[in-house]
Amino acid sequence: MIDLAPYQDPYLIQAALACRRIAVVGLSPNTLRASHFVGYYLTRHGYDVVPVNPRESSIFGLQCFPDVTTIPGGAELIDVFREPAAVPDIARQAVAIGAKFLWLQYNVISPEGIAIAEAGGLKVIVDRCIKIEHARYFGRMHVLGFNTGVISAKRNLGA
Amino acid sequence: MNEKPPKPLDYGFHTRAIHAGARPDPTTGARALPIYQTTSYVFEDSESAAAYFNLQEYGNTYSRIMNPTVAAFEERLANLEDGVGSVAFASGLAAQAAVWVTLLEPGDHVVASGALYGGTVTQLKHLLRKLSVELTFVNPDEPGEWRTALQPNTKLLFAETIGNPGGNVLDIQAVADIAHAHGCPLVIDNTFATSYLCRPFEWGADIVVYSATKFIGGHGTSLGGAVVDKGTFDWSNGRFPIIADASPAYHGLKFHETFGTYGLLMKLRTETLRDLGAALSPFNAFMLAQGLETLPLRMRQHVANANAVATFLSNHPRVSRVSHPGLSGSRYAELVARYLPRGAGAVFCFDIEGGREAGVRFIAALNLFSHLANVGDAKSLVIHPATTTHRQLGDAELAAAGIGPGTIRLSIGIEDAPDLIADLDQAMAASAGRLQ
Repeated sequence: MIDLAPYQDPYLIQAALACRRIAVVGLSPNTLRASHFVGYYLTRHGYDVVPVNPRESSIFGLQCFPDVTTIPGGAELIDVFREPAAVPDIARQAVAIGAKFLWLQYNVISPEGIAIAEAGGLKVIVDRCIKIEHARYFGRMHVLGFNTGVISAKRNLGA
Repeated sequence: MNEKPPKPLDYGFHTRAIHAGARPDPTTGARALPIYQTTSYVFEDSESAAAYFNLQEYGNTYSRIMNPTVAAFEERLANLEDGVGSVAFASGLAAQAAVWVTLLEPGDHVVASGALYGGTVTQLKHLLRKLSVELTFVNPDEPGEWRTALQPNTKLLFAETIGNPGGNVLDIQAVADIAHAHGCPLVIDNTFATSYLCRPFEWGADIVVYSATKFIGGHGTSLGGAVVDKGTFDWSNGRFPIIADASPAYHGLKFHETFGTYGLLMKLRTETLRDLGAALSPFNAFMLAQGLETLPLRMRQHVANANAVATFLSNHPRVSRVSHPGLSGSRYAELVARYLPRGAGAVFCFDIEGGREAGVRFIAALNLFSHLANVGDAKSLVIHPATTTHRQLGDAELAAAGIGPGTIRLSIGIEDAPDLIADLDQAMAASAGRLQ
């Protein structure tokens, strides 16, 4: 079992959230799927979301691309909602387009994909949800009684 | 982001008790936790309103479901427990009922300790019967009884960290292992220990429930309860379609798949709390959050006083039994050393010579102890369980809960221990004198 702690570091996560252009690989048009919740949340919070799904032409009115390499202008962060077996190829594509971060959502755990991305110079976040982490540090996760772990006496932290 | 905040969970228990959940108010800069005494919240626009109701965005809609003051209390409580979050309720019994209603369906089965608070025993017996859920009470001290009580339809195991009022200390890890081997969560009422004395999640428990009315508040002013989730139970293990499958009560949402580790809490809040309506008031949440700030300080004094009083009583010639599990020679000594190293709480019983009549006279002669039906107050409290808190129980159920007809329950406060001991001593003498 791979030690995931280095891929869940709070500073690493906050640095990743500073990216503006995010490709969401495996974004579903089904409003009840987790990827749809996350993608919609990211659009609402000002991110430049690029849907990646070969079976769809557009989601949220945004053009879909069949894979990471076909995104015009690339993306800084590649957020993955796919089965772990699909990750190594996605990691290679992320390296090829010069992305800075590979973000693997809950249960998308691929030691091979992580190794490929790291060898290509990317930082990797694993088994974390980008929506939850955004809401934890910069959003309003606390309004529903969740434990953000954030403790600070500063006003408007992260605003 | 201007500066890096420190990493979460680096801070100690006292710091978290003071700060967790309550950052300075972003609008006014108020340093104390504001009491958001409002029923509802103005939406930014229609799209935001839709996103809140669809649970696509974290936002406030209506105070029956969420409120900023209540949320601060919830986050602080969950932080101290190292849970993923919590949902507060109007009382501890409301919080428990919410767990039953969320996890159970007609035809399911529950295994519970037979040494629970009387109000909980009554709730389990009658509420579960009305929900067509089967129930088996077991002796919590015997792990084998937990195992043999399991049925194919068993959905959860439930016990108290420290039994009320018998003082049974649960072997949490043993019972958690039995629950998990059966694909079930272990739900623990941690009211008597609080997260300062024991954190059941560290020993395998999956859900913790609280009556916050007790040590969490500490002031005896405000009712409240809460459910805290560890967030690691696999609700998609095939035994919990009520959590994993598309919910007809929330337009087909699959709570566990969609919200992962937060799924159970989202369902508890947006379905169960929404439907039961047992919301914690913002004012009570403020009082309870205030209480948590001093929880570790108070618990240390509670525990020290309780140890002193229990030792005094155990050496008193007119006392036949003291149920404090922290006393040397207690049958729970090993479990206390493992699960409650900082102390075995401050609520316990003793039997006074002369039975029921002597007990009634003893209570009447006390000066500092308040005769009332609560525990966990900063003030020392006393009650006669057989005629009050546990009066709905039959003799066999009383015996199972470790209560005799002359048993007296004490909740030791944070006064000076010598004063408490002197009061007990004079009341003991007074009750004996009048008997002669």
